[in-house]
Amino acid sequence: MGFGRYLTHRLLLVVPTLVGVTLITFTLTYLLPGNPALVKAGPLATPEHIEEMERQMGLDRPVHVQYWRYVSGLLRGDLGESSSTGRPVVEDFRQRVPATLELTLASLLIAALVGIPLGVLAAVHRDTAIDHVSRLIGVGGVAMPSFWTGLLLVYVCFYLAGVAPAPLGRIAPEIPAPAGITGLYVVDALLTADVPALVSSAHQLMLPALTLGFAVMAPLTRMVRATMLEILESDFVKAAWAAGLPRRRVIYGDALRNALIPVITLLGVIFGFLMAGNVVVEIVFAWPGLGNYAITALMTKDPGPIQSFVLFVAVVYVLINLTVDLLYGLADPRIRFR
Amino acid sequence: MAAVVAQRAETRRASARLWRRAQRNRLSFAALGVIAAITLVALAAPWLAPYDPDATDATAALASVSRAHWLGTDLYGRDQLSRIIHAARVDLLVALVATAMALTTGSLLGALAGYRGGWIDQLVMRAIDSVMAFPAFILAMAITATLGNSTAYVVAAIAITHVPIYTRLIRGEMLKVRETEYAEAARTVGNPGHRIVLRHLLPNCVPPLIVQATLAMGFAILTVAALSFLGLGIQPPQSEWGAMTAEGAGYIVSGEWWLFLFPGLAIMVTVLAFNLVGDTLRDLLDPRMQGVR
Amino acid sequence: MTPLLTVRDLTVHFDTDDGPVEAVDGASFVVEPGEILGLVGESGSGKSVTALTILRLIRPPGRVVSGSIGFEGRELLALGEDEMRAVRGARISMVFQSPRTALNPVLPVGRQIARLYRLHQGLAPAEAERRTLEMLTLVGIPEPERRARQYAHQLSGGMCQRVMIAMALATSPRLLLADEPTTGLDVSIAAQILDLMIELGRRTGASILLITHDLGVVAGVCDRVAVMHAGQLVECAEVHALFKRPAHPYTRALVNAIPRVDREVVMEPIPGAVPSLLGPPPGCRYAGRCPDVLDVCRTARPAVAAVADGHEVACYAVEGTRGAAARR
Repeated sequence: MGFGRYLTHRLLLVVPTLVGVTLITFTLTYLLPGNPALVKAGPLATPEHIEEMERQMGLDRPVHVQYWRYVSGLLRGDLGESSSTGRPVVEDFRQRVPATLELTLASLLIAALVGIPLGVLAAVHRDTAIDHVSRLIGVGGVAMPSFWTGLLLVYVCFYLAGVAPAPLGRIAPEIPAPAGITGLYVVDALLTADVPALVSSAHQLMLPALTLGFAVMAPLTRMVRATMLEILESDFVKAAWAAGLPRRRVIYGDALRNALIPVITLLGVIFGFLMAGNVVVEIVFAWPGLGNYAITALMTKDPGPIQSFVLFVAVVYVLINLTVDLLYGLADPRIRFR
Repeated sequence: MAAVVAQRAETRRASARLWRRAQRNRLSFAALGVIAAITLVALAAPWLAPYDPDATDATAALASVSRAHWLGTDLYGRDQLSRIIHAARVDLLVALVATAMALTTGSLLGALAGYRGGWIDQLVMRAIDSVMAFPAFILAMAITATLGNSTAYVVAAIAITHVPIYTRLIRGEMLKVRETEYAEAARTVGNPGHRIVLRHLLPNCVPPLIVQATLAMGFAILTVAALSFLGLGIQPPQSEWGAMTAEGAGYIVSGEWWLFLFPGLAIMVTVLAFNLVGDTLRDLLDPRMQGVR
Repeated sequence: MTPLLTVRDLTVHFDTDDGPVEAVDGASFVVEPGEILGLVGESGSGKSVTALTILRLIRPPGRVVSGSIGFEGRELLALGEDEMRAVRGARISMVFQSPRTALNPVLPVGRQIARLYRLHQGLAPAEAERRTLEMLTLVGIPEPERRARQYAHQLSGGMCQRVMIAMALATSPRLLLADEPTTGLDVSIAAQILDLMIELGRRTGASILLITHDLGVVAGVCDRVAVMHAGQLVECAEVHALFKRPAHPYTRALVNAIPRVDREVVMEPIPGAVPSLLGPPPGCRYAGRCPDVLDVCRTARPAVAAVADGHEVACYAVEGTRGAAARR
C-alpha cells in the first residue's frame, strides 16, 4: 500500500522535472547564435530560399509554438539532424551509444567493486592503514581532474611501461570489430569467442575504464564509509551486540545490510558523475562515444546534436534516479511496507 | 556576577576547545597555507613570474625541466612556470566570482522560497529540480556552448550550476526557523516576520554556507579546467591550467611529460587544499560532531 | 545468600580531545538473586555507562580504568571476548531505551528473536520459531504469527518494547539490565511494560537492574534502590527506607522534589548543576550543591558506610557513618 503511494508520488514528480528539462534545452537552443535555416539551406541559398526554409522549420512562429513543435518532435523520436554528418541525430546516437555504454558499465563495475568494499572496510577498521588508504583515495581522487588522471595513466602505462595500447579508440585498427550483438565489443567478443577482438578491445578499454572508474570511485568510497560509520554507531548495532551476536556477524550482517540500502541511492548520484566524466575521458582516449560526438558538434557549432545530447543525458539521469529511488523503495522495508 | 564570570569562562573554554581541535588537524592547516600561498602567487603574478608568459623563445623550445626553466618550455619556448603562475589568476578568479554569484543568488532564492512558501516555493523548487536534473558539468558545457566562450559566460555557466546547492540550504534553514516555537511566540506578540528571520536565520546559515562555498571552490576550479581542456572555456592566448594540460596532451606520445603534468598538478593541489579546508571546517562547525570523538 | 552481581569500585573514563571524561567514579553495589534493583540518577550520572560496562560493551574511546564486576562467581572484566559473548544475551540481557531504534529496521522482528534461540541454545529453525511465537505471546503481543513477520516501524512503541523484552528474556537470563525502558512511552503503556517485566522476572527468577531517572517508577517497582550522582554512587537502600529516611543530601533533595498529592509541600529545586565530568572536582561531586558540605568533602571521596541495616551511604555529613575517605 505504502509502496504504491511512494511509486505514484515519485512518478508524478518526474513529470514537471522532465518538462523543466525540455524547457531548459529548448531555451539553450533558442539562444544559440546563428540561423539554423541558413545552415540548412546552405551557402549558396538565396534570401527567398532561406525565408522558405525558415517557414518550413517553423522559425518564424512565436516562441511557444516553436517550443510545442520541439516537444512534439521529441515525442515522435525526432531529435533533429546533424549538419556535419547530414544524418538524423537519432541515427548517430544509435551508432554511438554502445561505445559510451561499454565505457560506463566498465567504469561503474570498477568503481563499485573496489569502492564499496573499501569504504566498508575503512569504516569497520577505523584509523588503521586501510582507513587511511580509503581517505587518501577519497580526498585525493576527488581533487584529481579526470583528464589529468587519464593522461597520467597514458604516460605511465603506455609510454613508460608499455603495458597499455595507444589511446586510439575501442579496438586496434588492424583487428576487425566483433559481430555486433550487444554493441559492447568485449561482451560480443566473448559471446562469439573472437579471441583477437576480445584481447584487443579489453586492452583498449583498460585505461579509459580505469580513469573514469577511479574518478567515480573516490566520491563513492567516501560516501560508503560515512554511511557505514553512521550505522555502526546506531542503537540496534549496540543492542545486537548486547544480545551476544558475534562482532563479525553484527558488522557484516546487521550493519552492512542496513548500510547497503542508502548505497543504492549513492549509485544514482555516482551515475551523474559518470556521465559528466564520460565526455572528458572519451576525448582523452579518442573513444567514439556520445561524449566525443557532442564535443565535435560543439566545436563545429552543430546545433542538432548539441541540444539532443544534453537532453538525452538529462532524461537518462532523471530515469536512472527514478529507478534508483524505486529500487530503494523496494529494498527498504520502512518504505515497502506502509 | 558569578554567573557572568562563569559564562565568560564557558566561552573561553569553548573557543579554547575549538582552537585545540583545529590544531589537531595539522594537515588542514597546511592546506590553508597552500591556499594562502596560491592566492598570493596569483596576486603577485606579474612580479613573481620569472618570464613573460607570452614571450616566445625559439632557442629553448620544448626544453625539459632545467635551472633556467623550472617547469620546462613548450613548443614556442614559453616558460611553463610563468604560464602556470599567470593561469592561477584566471582559475582562482573565475572560481571565486562564480562561487560568490551562486551563493548570493542561491541564498536569495532559497530565502524567498522558504519564507513565502506556497506557489513561489513550488516554482523555485521545481526549477531547481530541473536544473539539478542535468549533471552539472554537462549543463555548464551546454551553457558555454550556447552563450559563447568568453570568460564572463564561463563564470555564469558555473554559477548557474552551483545555485541549487545554496538554494536548498537556505530554504532548509528558513523552514526550520519558521517552525520554531520561538518564532511562533514572537509572531503572536506582534514581532514582524523579517526580524525573526534575520535574528535566527543568519547565524544558523553562515557556518554551512562557508563550508559549502569552500568545497564549491574546488568544484568550480575543476569545472573551468575541464571546460578549457575541451576547448569550451577560457580561450587562448590566456593561459589556463586545463587548457595547458590539453596542449600538453599531444606530447605524451613523444615523451615530453612536463607539458601536461605540471598544469594538472597545479589543479590537483589547489582543489585538494580547498577540499581539505572545507572538510575540516565542516567537522569544526557541525555541532553534531563536537564532543567525544 | 551470595549476590548475583557484585560491582566494586568501578571507574570508567572516556578519552576525548579535551581530556578524559570521568563517567563513572568508584561505583560499588550488588544485585541479589531475584530482586529488582533500581539505579537512579539525573541524565549524565553514569547509570547507562555502568550497565554497558557490565556487559563489556564499552569501546574506545571509553575504557574501564579500575574496578571489578563479579557475576556468578566469575570476574566479568577478566573474561575473554568469546567467553563474554556467551554471557551476553544468555546470562545477562539488556533492554534499551527508545525500543524502535534498538531493533534492526530491516529484519522482521520475529527473526531477531529466533536467531537468539539458534545462537545461544542451538535450536533448529522450526523450533526457534515456535519458541519465538511462545515468547511473543508471553510478553502480551496479540497475533504473534502476524507480528513476527512485521518490521519495527510497523509496531507501536509499546509493542516494540515488548519485543525487546522478549528478545532479552528469550534465553532465560539470570540478570536483566533495563535502561530507561519506559522513557518515551505513554504513561499507561509504561505501567503495562513495568508490570510485564516484574511478572516475568518473578516467574523466571531473574534479577532486574532497572535504570531510570523517574523516582515514581522506582517507588512502584523496585525492591532496593541505588542512587548515582555525577558518576558516583551516593546511597543504596531498601526502597521504603530510601523514601522514608533518605540519608544522603542528594537523595533527600530528590525525594523532596517529588510533588505530592496528599499534602502541600514546598517544591525545592536542587541548586547548582551537575559538575562537568571533564576534569571533575576531587572528592564528593555533590559538594558544590550540598547544603551540608564539609571541607573534607571537597578533597576526598567518602567511602560507602552502613547507616542502618541494608542501608548504605557515601557521605561525611551523615550521622553514624563516620564516613571514612574512600580508597583512591
